[in-house]
Formats: sequence, structure tokens, C-alpha cells
Amino acid sequence: MFLYFLKKLGVILPTFFGVTLVAFVFIRLLPGDPVMLMAGERGMSEERHAALMTEMGFDKPVIVQYGYYLMDLARGDFGTSIITKRPVLEEFGALFPATVELSVCAMILAILFGLPAGMIAATKRGSTFDHTVMTSALTGYSMPIFWWGLLLIIFFSGILGWTPVSGRISLLYYFEPVTGFMLIDSLLSGQDGAFASALSHLILPAIVLGTIPLAVIARQTRSAMLEVLSEDYVRTARAKGLGPQRVIGLHALRNALIPVITVIGLQVGVLFAGAILTETIFSWPGIGKWMVDSIFRRDYSAVQGGLLLIAAIVMLVNLAVDLLYGLINPQIRHTDS
Amino acid sequence: MRNTKNLIAAFCGATMLLASMNASAAGKTLVYCSEGSPEGFNPAFYTAGTTFDASSRQIFNGLVKFERGTTKAIPGLAESWDISDDGMEYTFHLRKGVKFHTTAKFTPTRDFNADDVLFTFMRQLDPNHPFHKVGGATYEYFNSMSMQTLIKEIVKVDDYTVKFILNRPEAPMIANLGMDFASIFSAEYADAMMKAGTPEIIDFEPVGTGPFQLVAYQKDAVIRYKANPDYWEGKAPIDNLVFAITPDASVRYQKLKAGECHVMPYPNPADLEAMRTDADINLLEKEGLNVGYMAYNTKMAPFDNVKVRKALNQAINKKAIIEAVFQGAGKEAKNPIPPTIWSYNDAVVDDMYDPAAAKKALEEAGVKDLSMKIWAMPVQRPYNPNARRMAELLQADFAEVGVKVEIVSYEWGEYLKRSKDMDRDGAVLLGWTGDNGDPDNFLAVLLGCDGVGAANRAQWCYQPFEDAIQKAKVVADPAERTRLYEEAQVIFKEQAPWATIAHSVVFEPVRKEVVDFRIDPFGGHIFYGVDLK
Repeated sequence: MFLYFLKKLGVILPTFFGVTLVAFVFIRLLPGDPVMLMAGERGMSEERHAALMTEMGFDKPVIVQYGYYLMDLARGDFGTSIITKRPVLEEFGALFPATVELSVCAMILAILFGLPAGMIAATKRGSTFDHTVMTSALTGYSMPIFWWGLLLIIFFSGILGWTPVSGRISLLYYFEPVTGFMLIDSLLSGQDGAFASALSHLILPAIVLGTIPLAVIARQTRSAMLEVLSEDYVRTARAKGLGPQRVIGLHALRNALIPVITVIGLQVGVLFAGAILTETIFSWPGIGKWMVDSIFRRDYSAVQGGLLLIAAIVMLVNLAVDLLYGLINPQIRHTDS
Repeated sequence: MRNTKNLIAAFCGATMLLASMNASAAGKTLVYCSEGSPEGFNPAFYTAGTTFDASSRQIFNGLVKFERGTTKAIPGLAESWDISDDGMEYTFHLRKGVKFHTTAKFTPTRDFNADDVLFTFMRQLDPNHPFHKVGGATYEYFNSMSMQTLIKEIVKVDDYTVKFILNRPEAPMIANLGMDFASIFSAEYADAMMKAGTPEIIDFEPVGTGPFQLVAYQKDAVIRYKANPDYWEGKAPIDNLVFAITPDASVRYQKLKAGECHVMPYPNPADLEAMRTDADINLLEKEGLNVGYMAYNTKMAPFDNVKVRKALNQAINKKAIIEAVFQGAGKEAKNPIPPTIWSYNDAVVDDMYDPAAAKKALEEAGVKDLSMKIWAMPVQRPYNPNARRMAELLQADFAEVGVKVEIVSYEWGEYLKRSKDMDRDGAVLLGWTGDNGDPDNFLAVLLGCDGVGAANRAQWCYQPFEDAIQKAKVVADPAERTRLYEEAQVIFKEQAPWATIAHSVVFEPVRKEVVDFRIDPFGGHIFYGVDLK
């Protein structure tokens, strides 16, 4: 197992190094520079532009800048935002819990509804329920997040008035963040109604962000279940006289879960991508919107640092999933080793 | 069980939110659904209106301020001022008894005085000032208004008198000092933070003399302020001010409708009709302090010929552009300054839309089979919400008079850079939003000879026009300045270095319970003086 872990880590380290390079080079390949964008229509003289580029260290060859960047990284310094003048790590740390909270809730929602929907659809193959689930999954997968979010806001918040329009908690409540996770902080605050308010603010964004993973999980579970249900051992279990619940719950589902777990692991990346739009629509103060703003402003340090941190998290989650595999299925562990 | 009850209460809470907030023990709270996060809280560091809304317009004051809802410069922290006969010395007499905010980190021991004025300006002016490099600031606005070269010296005459000595006369100086970068900081606070070894704190935890004091900021979520009880103009009618940061315009509108905020900026043009008929919303509107234009390159043939430029201007159907690009939220422009600025010359007659006459004029000018480029901006701006669409309409208009147009575009930074080139090929769509309400801020910056190869995208240097605007810069008499700028606008129209296209109309939807919110011609959002029913 230790060898298996080392092998996986051996893949991750060069990938991490590659990401630093990609993040560093790509933002610089974009036309325009932060100084020019800062000046806007007002413009600035060539001399002043050059002086500011020198002051910010952007006049040096890219390879030299990259060297400095790596040295800073080695010291744990992710740089300072060119725009806000705050350390990138501090900004990321302040916003990241909001994204995690939203993503985790979206994923829980997707698993809670996606797994059973896929399972039932598989056991009732060809039924109206099956067709409904598959059509809904396809629709959910194809729906633009922006449009879907606005539609839910207009219906549930605008017309029915059931949910708040946007934000993380009602403006009535104010407390200093402790963990950054609003559900936890609202409980810690001890303010009456704060937790319920935080929860009600989470419902629509979690549905919107969870829609695509839900659709993917439902489809994957259905197809994996169908495959497993046609296996000999399932037929044997049935022939032995086991009830359908035991056959599906004990024999079929456990085996069908392996590809589903893979898909769930891969959805972490999808969640981060979806968070960009979801956070914008629901005014959710997370890293998705922060990254997009930073790209538009050519805030090199923020983009580099943000990309690197996100990539590191996605890689770690995938490493955890791989290790989980190894634990669940010794065959995988031995084959890979 | 209790949680279930709370959940139901929260679900019903959206529509009751404002009522409960206004009834809360904390007093009247106004919620503004702002469009984005401020970059920081020191307005001298930045140029974005979103940042100014969150900082200078609530927390700080300048020596000069603008009368709410107008571009008229009136006394702020300076009670009055004297200008020397040669226009080179401005002496400001400072207001007494003005208090700075008290925060957890700082309790002021003295009132505002000349030291604070010196600290504020010397920090930006003097590269050796101990705070000049704190925060890595570049003081972009201060520099772009040429204050670096304009100010020769700032002298403290006594505790309540400060003299600005200039290198050259500059009539817009008073208006310049009303701008956001000139917000006055506390020198005592700066000293205290320097001694504590955390000088950068003054830029993140601001202490000003303004009507509101910063309470808390959660990035991309919310900014909370409380009214300054000691404000020198009297405490604000509201007790708390909250910025609920809401980037999407459609969502802002839903929040306004649901009563989750009282005021929202930048509505979607498509929502305006519904807002007009909404019983809970007042839709305020005012012409913006901006102009959208198309600048010819007057150094390149055939656009160096005024007859060609005039002919092309006649081919433009501005009415169609206002409808299609601005969706009604714009007004046709005939002058290079907006009608809200003093000295706007309403007597100027615009080039009438007449394709037949335009075609004939082009033939008379000897232009046949003309092909040209039109540059379309890649970004949205109030003065041009959809440059690509505008360029397409211009392309169709010019095709009618036999001119073939190719539309080009670049990334925004590149666009700004390349469009300045003297040998640029084609006419550029661009615009300008005023900084200080002075005509000089449009005419000299965008059309003066100094701006050729820079902000003067028409590369137009015409001596009679230059004489008029340079003279107006040094004349102190407002009537004479008005006359000179009116004359300059006539010359501009005759010479047509631009096709003036539109001034945007600014819309501000506010809930009916909001009292006395006025649209700021500079595009800002000022909440001092606003009340709730």
C-alpha cells in the first residue's frame, strides 16, 4: 500500500510543478498587461508605463520572473495581489470555505438524489420512471447554469418568495467568521435563526451547482447497475431465493459503486468550474468569481496562486479517491504496484 | 422542531427583511445592492467607481466637494479659498471642529487640520514621503490628472490655512480637488500605525471625516457602515448603510423586488419597462456625464480632409444606434461634452442624417470606392454598451453611401494601446466619462494637441481650437471660460475630428420608501442625505 501511495505521489509532484509553469506562462500569454488595464481610457505615457512595469518586476525576462516565483513558493509565499495589495493566500483563505461549503452541499445533494434515481431507473428499466430520470438527467446536464440559476431565483424567490434571492445569510445577522463555513459559524454565533437563514440561502445555489453532478451520477449509476444486474452472481443470488432488496442493496450496488466513485471524484473539478457561474449569480463570495475577476484584471499573482491552490486541491482529492480504491479493491492496488 | 420553525421563518423572511431591519433596535438601515467588491479602501490607489462608492463617497471628504446631484464644486473641508491673480496660488481656509472617525485601533486626539491636508497630498506627490510606497500604490488618478507636474509646492500657512503653489495656471484646479483621489486622510492615524509597525493598515481600515464609518467588510459579500454621529454637516438620516455585493444585474433586480435592497445600480436595459410599471419601485433617470464617439485618424488620408469626415458623419443614423445599442437608454450626442456640463453649447447644429447628401459630398471630395476599418471595443461601457453592434450599424450606414467597412477588435489593453498609434488604420469607437465636471476634462484631454499620440485618438491638433481651450485653462472668470468652451465646440463641429454618437442615460431604480436619493452626475452613489420612510 505504501508503494502504491508513493507511486501516486510520484505522479502528483511533477504535475504540481507543471501547473506552476502553466499558470505562470498562460496568464502572461494573454494580451494586455495589468498596468495598461489599470490606466484604462485615461491611458499613460510610455515612460510611466515602463517605470511601473519595472516597479512591479514585470520588465524582467519571464524565466527570471518564474525563478523568483518558484523561490517565493518554496517559502510558502504565493505573492500579493496587484490590485487589492493583499496576500493571495489570505484572499484565497477568506473565500475558499464559501466555495467548499457550497460544493460539498451540492455534492451531497447530487449523491442523495443521483444514486437512488439511477438505481431505481436501472431496476425498472424501460419504465416511465426510467425514461423520466434519463430525460431529466440529460436536461439537467445540458442546462446552462446561468439560465437555470436565474430561473430558480425568479420562481422560488421572486414569485413564491420561499427562498432568499442571493448571498450567504440574511443581512440581519452579523458575526465575525470563525471557520468561514457559514453553517458552522451561524451555529457558533448562537444568534436565533442564523443557522436557518444560512441554510435557506444555500438551497438554490446548491441545487444549481449540484444539477450537473446529479445528472452524471444518476446516469453512471444506472449504467453500472444495469451491467452488474446482468452478471451471473446476481442471477445466482436471485436463484438462491434472495429478495430483490438484498440482491440490489448487497450484491449489485456494492459492485456498481466502483465506477460511480470514480465519477464522483472527477466531479470535484466540475464543481469548481460550475462554481464560477453559480457564485456570480447567487452573489456567493467564493474563489470562482475571485478567479474570473483576477483574470480580467490581469492580476498575475492572484491568478497564479489561485490556479495552483485549486489544482493542488483537485489533485489531493483525486489522490484520496485513488487511495480509497486501493483500500476497497486490492486488485487495483496490486495491479498498479 | 425549533430548527424547522426557524427554517420556515427564514423562508418567509425575504419579503419581510427590510421591514424588520428598519424596525430593529439598530435604527434605519439602507441596503444598497452594489455591483462589485471595492479593490480597497484608499481612493487614491484606484480609478474604479465601485471602489469610490465604497470609500471616498461614504467615508471621506475632500477640501472641495460637489453639490449632491450636480457638478457644482462647493466647499468641503475647506470653508473657502482664495486664488491669486495670476492663477498660480490657491489658498484654502480649513473648516474647524471636524472630527475623524474613532475605531478600535485609533482614537483621534485632535480635530482635522492642515497637517492632514499635507499628509494626503505629499504622500502622493513626494516619492520620498514615508508613506509614498506603502501598499505598493501608483496613485494613478493623481498622475493622470497631471497633479505631479502641476503642483510645485504645498505650504502650511497655519493650522487652518494651506497654500497650493502651482507650476502653471490651471482653472480646473478647484474641481480637481473635489475628486476622489483628493480624499483627506488622518496624519495622526498614519503616525500611530507607522509607530505600531503596520502602516498599511490605514489603507485597509480607513479613518476619514465622512458621514459613514466602516464597520466590517467581507470580500465579495457585504460592506457595513454606521453613521458618523459627529459628522460636521450633521448625522446622516439613516443609521446604518449596507452594501450587499450582487454582481448580476438580473439578480439585483430580483433582490430589489423582493425588498432585499433599497437601491441598485446599472439595471439591465431589458428590465427598465418592468421597473417603470412596478408599484414598489421608482425609476430615476439622468443623462450621464459621458460621451461615446468614433474618432477618425485625421492624420491619414482621406480622413485628413474635413469634407470626408463631415460626409461620413452625415451617413450615420444615430437614432437607430440609440434604439439598437442603447435600447433607449441613450441620447444622441452633437457636442464632445455632455449636456450636464456647464458651457455645453446647445446652439451647435448637428450633422443631419442624410445618406444621399453624404454620398454626394464624398464624390465632391473626390473619394471613390473607399474602404476603411472601424475599431470596436471588446468591453461594455456606459457610453457604449455594445461596440460590436454599433460598429455593425455603422458598417451598414456607410455601405449605403458606398463605403466598405471592415470591423476590427483587440483585447482591451491592446485596443487602448494600439488605438493611440499615430499611423493607426481606421476610425476608433471609444468614449469618456468625466472626472470633475469641468469641460477641460473632456476637451483638453481628448482633443488637445498634447494628447496627440495618446488620449487624443483623432490625432487632431487644430490651432484655433487649441487656442480656445488653452486660454480657457488659465482664465479665472467663469463667464469668459464658458464663452471660450462654447467657441471650441463650434470649431469642433466644423472640423469634425469625431462622429459624436451618444451620451448614455443613467437609470437608478430605488424602492418607494427611499427618500431623496439623487443620481450623481459623476456616476457615484452617495447616501448622505438619503432617508427611509
